[in-house]
Amino acid sequence: MTNHNGNQKNGDEKQTLVLYVEDKPGVLNRVASLFRRRAFNIESLTVGHTDLEGVSRMTIVLDADDDIAIRVEANLYKLVNVLRVENVTHTPTVDRDLALIKVKATIENRAEVLQVCDVFRARVVDVATDALIVEITGAEDKIDGLLDVLKPFGILEMVRTGRVSMTRGSETPTIHPEFVPARVPEENAS
Amino acid sequence: MKRKGAQIIWEVLVQQGVEIVFGYPGGAILPTYDAMLDYPIKHVLVRHEQGAAHAADGYARASGRVGVAMATSGPGATNLVTGIATAMMDSSPIVCITGQVGSTAIGSDAFQETDVTGVTLPVTKHNYLVTRVEDLAPALKEAFYIANSGRPGPVLVDIAKDAQIASMDFELDDSPVRLPGYRPDLRAMAEEYEHAVDLIQSAKRPLILAGHGVMMSGAMNVFLQFVEKTHIPVAMTLLGLGGFPASHPLNLGMMGMHGEAWVNSAIQKADLLIALGMRFDDRVTGNLETYAPNAKKIHIDIDPSEINKVVKVDIGIVADLKEALGLLNSAVPEIKYESWIEYIDELKGDSAVRDIQNLPDNNHLYAAHVIHDLWRITEGNALLVTDVGQHQMWAAQYYKHEQPRKLITSGGLGTMGFALPAAIGAKFAKPEEEVWVIVGDGGIQMTQAELCTCAQEEIKINIAIINNGYLGMVRQWQEFFYERRYAATPLKSPDFVKLADANGLRGLRVERRADVEAAIRQAQELPGTVVIDFRVEQEDSVYPMVPAGATLDAMIRRPNPISESALSD
Ligand SMILES: Cc1ncc(C[n+]2csc(CCOP(=O)(O)OP(=O)(O)O)c2C)c(N)n1
Ligand SMILES: [Mg+2]
Repeated sequence: MTNHNGNQKNGDEKQTLVLYVEDKPGVLNRVASLFRRRAFNIESLTVGHTDLEGVSRMTIVLDADDDIAIRVEANLYKLVNVLRVENVTHTPTVDRDLALIKVKATIENRAEVLQVCDVFRARVVDVATDALIVEITGAEDKIDGLLDVLKPFGILEMVRTGRVSMTRGSETPTIHPEFVPARVPEENAS
Repeated sequence: MKRKGAQIIWEVLVQQGVEIVFGYPGGAILPTYDAMLDYPIKHVLVRHEQGAAHAADGYARASGRVGVAMATSGPGATNLVTGIATAMMDSSPIVCITGQVGSTAIGSDAFQETDVTGVTLPVTKHNYLVTRVEDLAPALKEAFYIANSGRPGPVLVDIAKDAQIASMDFELDDSPVRLPGYRPDLRAMAEEYEHAVDLIQSAKRPLILAGHGVMMSGAMNVFLQFVEKTHIPVAMTLLGLGGFPASHPLNLGMMGMHGEAWVNSAIQKADLLIALGMRFDDRVTGNLETYAPNAKKIHIDIDPSEINKVVKVDIGIVADLKEALGLLNSAVPEIKYESWIEYIDELKGDSAVRDIQNLPDNNHLYAAHVIHDLWRITEGNALLVTDVGQHQMWAAQYYKHEQPRKLITSGGLGTMGFALPAAIGAKFAKPEEEVWVIVGDGGIQMTQAELCTCAQEEIKINIAIINNGYLGMVRQWQEFFYERRYAATPLKSPDFVKLADANGLRGLRVERRADVEAAIRQAQELPGTVVIDFRVEQEDSVYPMVPAGATLDAMIRRPNPISESALSD
């Protein structure tokens, strides 16, 4: 379905936003609610602590073109608990997704499974008699690749965290900008 | 000093300059109501919490100050929701304070527990759940600040009962709030203004679209200067009416679905639209694909998320309108667009002949007549509060406003039942104003319980019920688009004169045009609130009309009595 926030033409564009938010109850809900009510499409959302007390960081991957991303950003800034939004889509970043994959591995084919994991630099983190849990970190396409080759063995369960991103280089974002008081209009001013 | 949470609430309210609260008590807010008696704040008991939110909204719109509504948990709070959503859509600054069950009971489906911050999340600018007395004063201060700064809007503070009861050492201080994430983001850069001035100078057929923002930022004077310097004609949105004098020669009137025909045609012909503090609602644009096809667009708004939301613009300036227009005024040269203005005058064409005011008198009472007479008799000075429907559009068309904050109407949400409670709030904000409610027979029945609030508070407002026996606006759509199949629109009403009487108010009835003036004057003179039941033509329609989704200048017009067959009766 299309709406004013998306048209088919741009349907497969992806945008990555990094958000710094106040670590308060309900903030994730506010962000998620915004995307739902404005009909912006989220592909993935991750959230976790930062090195700063009281500040959480989200990485949000969106199905959107540049114009929509600007509007998403403007809408996010309207949330009082959002400290900073960075669109890193067009900036060099390190992007990582983490997956745990529980794959069937019998005595006969276990060596083969391990070999595949090795090629992908995935780690085996649990071994049972007829299954393995494999952990892999990397860009999404690398994980997709491993999943493709593990599929024939039989994937029993899989979980992915969704993308986390960080811009390359030494710059760090300012997330406590000067607080700029807004003007409160005088009563009946002309 | 030791203070209970309930006392802290009132102390902060007093500090914020609150003089009046509209509300309804109940268990979870009872400690706060108990403490209220010790503070110099008036409380108005509404008859339904929806009325409290609308009254706070009406108070805010009439005064520019924050309106306050109060309710208990659960049903009290959910009853506020329609009023909060109404305030949200029209950017009206209100603070709603609700009681919540005790903090340890939250999440247990306790008696009268509702997740009110959850329910109101999408319809508030921001909201708070306060469970500790220490957090109370900061949350309330922030609420007032957020409600009335930047793009204004409703803020709700939900307060657990134990936080109202608990005490702490409290000293009221006037330290400013510090909200690191709240930065009404004013990003406009000098180049954008320069670019805007270039566009204005090179335009041949420019048009200003003036919205609610003109009034809200207090930009009326700078706006007037801008228009008088550039001589660019002005089209108004519904909520913009009053932000620029109706009698000004460059004021073309209202745009949109029931806007003036020439205004909509001019928008479609314009080569530059300058949108000021308005948001291109679908009721003003019609079909977006064919909207103003020849126009470059400049959009100035305080809310960055409005830029390019529905209409792609060439220049988007995120700024407080008062400041932006001040800057533009010093940068634009004196300009004149004579041929364009002549052309717009031609567009007016036969509109005057079609106007119902000019149709031969056929002994019927039309709503437009009532409103026109009211405008004449009150000399355009009344503070008008309308409900939603046909009468609202006639009020917008026929009551000409010269001053801001004198037309209060639910635009964005179109909330029936808004007018009466909003008028109560407006009257408390502006006791010296002559307040008139224009309301349909449908809408009055939604919140008519507030008639008794008028009686209890002994306030003087006048209520003109435009009684057409139908949910008229819906009936009109059925007439135009559903082959006159009047599903669920014929409406029986109580005897409004008796209803007024039963509430201890005066009721009058008018059935002929000849009696309109006398009734209005009588209402003006009677001391208390007066209800006038105007029995108007039942199947009249609002013209012009742009059908929803049609191109803006594809309007259904009132038949021209001379060239087309005369309006039959
Ligand atoms: C709360 C609510 N319910 C339904 C509607 C849809 N609606 C819009 S106008 C209208 C008819 C209003 O009838 P009335 O109050 O008699 O005014 P009239 O149009 O006849 O002047 C209705 C039902 C609405 N706007 N608000
Ligand atoms: Mg009606």
